Amino acid sequence: MREICVVAYSQSDCKSNAGMANEVELIMPQLQAVYKQVGITSAQDVDFVCSGSCDYLQGAAFAFVAGVDALGAVPPIKESHVEMDAAWALYESVLKIRMGQADSALIYGFAKSSPGELPIVLSQQLDPYYLATQWVDTISLAAMQARLMLEQGLITEGDMAAVVADSRRKALQNPQAQLSGETSTEALLNEPHYVSPLRRSDCCPVSDGAAAMIICTVDKAKEWGVPYARITGIDHRIETHNLGMRDLTDSVSTRQAAARAGVADGPVDVAEVYAPFSHQQIILQRALDLGDDTDINPSGGVLAGNLMMASGVSRIGEVFRRIVAGEAGRGVAHATSGPCLQHNMVTVLEGA
Amino acid sequence: MSDEQDVITDIETPIYLKYNFTAGLAPSRFLTQLKNGKLTGQRRAEPDAPVYVPPRGSCPASGMPTDEEVEVSDKATVQSFTIVHIPIPNNPIQPPFVVANLVADGANISFIHLMSECVNEEVRIGQRVQAVWKPEEEWDYAMDNIRYFKPIDEPDVAVDMIGKLPVTGLEE
Amino acid sequence: MSQPDLLKQPFELGFTYTRSTGPVVGRFLTGLRNREIIGNRASDGRVIVPPMEYDPVTADALDEFVPVSDEGVIVSWAWVSEPREAHPMEKPFAWAMIRLKGADVPMIHCVAAPEESAVSTGARVKARWVDEPRGYITDIACFELMGDAS
Repeated sequence: MREICVVAYSQSDCKSNAGMANEVELIMPQLQAVYKQVGITSAQDVDFVCSGSCDYLQGAAFAFVAGVDALGAVPPIKESHVEMDAAWALYESVLKIRMGQADSALIYGFAKSSPGELPIVLSQQLDPYYLATQWVDTISLAAMQARLMLEQGLITEGDMAAVVADSRRKALQNPQAQLSGETSTEALLNEPHYVSPLRRSDCCPVSDGAAAMIICTVDKAKEWGVPYARITGIDHRIETHNLGMRDLTDSVSTRQAAARAGVADGPVDVAEVYAPFSHQQIILQRALDLGDDTDINPSGGVLAGNLMMASGVSRIGEVFRRIVAGEAGRGVAHATSGPCLQHNMVTVLEGA
Repeated sequence: MSDEQDVITDIETPIYLKYNFTAGLAPSRFLTQLKNGKLTGQRRAEPDAPVYVPPRGSCPASGMPTDEEVEVSDKATVQSFTIVHIPIPNNPIQPPFVVANLVADGANISFIHLMSECVNEEVRIGQRVQAVWKPEEEWDYAMDNIRYFKPIDEPDVAVDMIGKLPVTGLEE
Repeated sequence: MSQPDLLKQPFELGFTYTRSTGPVVGRFLTGLRNREIIGNRASDGRVIVPPMEYDPVTADALDEFVPVSDEGVIVSWAWVSEPREAHPMEKPFAWAMIRLKGADVPMIHCVAAPEESAVSTGARVKARWVDEPRGYITDIACFELMGDAS
């Protein structure tokens, strides 16, 4: 099988409101940044382009098509889109390269979530007969998941606050973070509940922004003469949409994807997991069987800033960044989609 | 059998979502100039780069930002058109009316607007038109500061020259 | 480059869909119109409410329908202290996973309660029906706590 690697990654700042920037204006700087990293000038210099976005977030029909204006698609390019996080655009690109139809691919994800009421917009991705018609928001679903864990003694509110404090502290080193700072578990626990048992600090913020990545065959990376991190395992699994039929205290699909991706086949120096709520980071740590030897979410994770449709690919990018910097030899990136960690992707990255 | 006993086969599930749209930097620049009665295209900062009206922030052909502003004329050429025979909901315009792709002098791509004060059957590709503006006190951040375009007494533009006229139009 | 004004415009996006229910969802919704709650049996024997068309594990079509009670217990819940405009209640309320008597799989609905401290996991609840059920999940206006506050 052809060896595939990540060679470039860039993410915008996570902003609570990108204000005047439209989707094209959010994407262009990230594309220019990844072109520069590998020494190319435009999307014409890669074989395939795939993006991830969701028009409902900003309420603009065909915003994903408008985004293509950032690419310079004259003459025409091979281009595709997923109405999902760009981590799944990466997955499509990996398949394209594996099948020999491309040697390189540009991937980008973007979202301007601030124009709408995100938890309510996302309620419309639920069962259209039984749940969407009730307008059950995503924060409330996560809150019910957290309560199941708390009342079964699987976590404490202190554990959740510790995840948040860790995220805020690590995010101090992340210039793209929206929320960062020194805080304590005690201080966080003194905050009132928001959607009980969740506090506002247990929930990721709403962020606007974009991320881009370039992947290619190892041969192509050598031709470009750029540092790279190999993708040695990738898999994604989804669980039933019926929340009542899932074990919400575990992430079965993450366990399955991790097994297929070969997470346990070597040490995990660094892991970036996509946990929009603090208790979900604990579920994922357990499902991925991450111990004390693993630096978890050194970027601060999405509790420090959550670019819908881009945070998944950014997790892969954050692991890539640390491997090529020599800070880690092997790492795991996780991406999620749907309510209460319904759909999960696990990617294993290793140094050259 | 009464409705009460019929098995349900479909349900109405209307979805209404509220947003606060922001225009984007490039469209905001365009619309702010439009409020002053000016049609201002944008291009990437190269002399021969194509000029886009209305701009969206990038040069789609190259993927580069359109940092440079270029004022274009309110005279334009018909690139394509259609005669519409159905009314626009909540719009006073009565059918049949003409909707056209128009390229302003100095711009390289077309925008869509209405044509009026014309004989519908005589509207044609290459025809020359000019904006009919609302009174200045009604100007807002909107394309309908221009009520419509009307034909002007100038020779038609050859098809291969549509979208290539300078801002001075047909004048030397 | 000119200095633009920041241009914003509130707007509402509407999708006026009519959805086909299919026979399984249709049967459930028809039941609701008669103030009855109907589940169906999964391949492993568990009773699912609301019913599903296919078993999520085996992918078998599920066609054994089972009537269940409109009373049940709270399995988990979230307290909404500041209801959103789209939410079904204007006053603070709980979203809950409710296991109805006769069912194995909990369903999600809202629970009316005077305050957060009145709600607990394991609390018994009963459906409050709207005056004129039409065949929607919202024919159950909410669930109410069954006076075991004593």
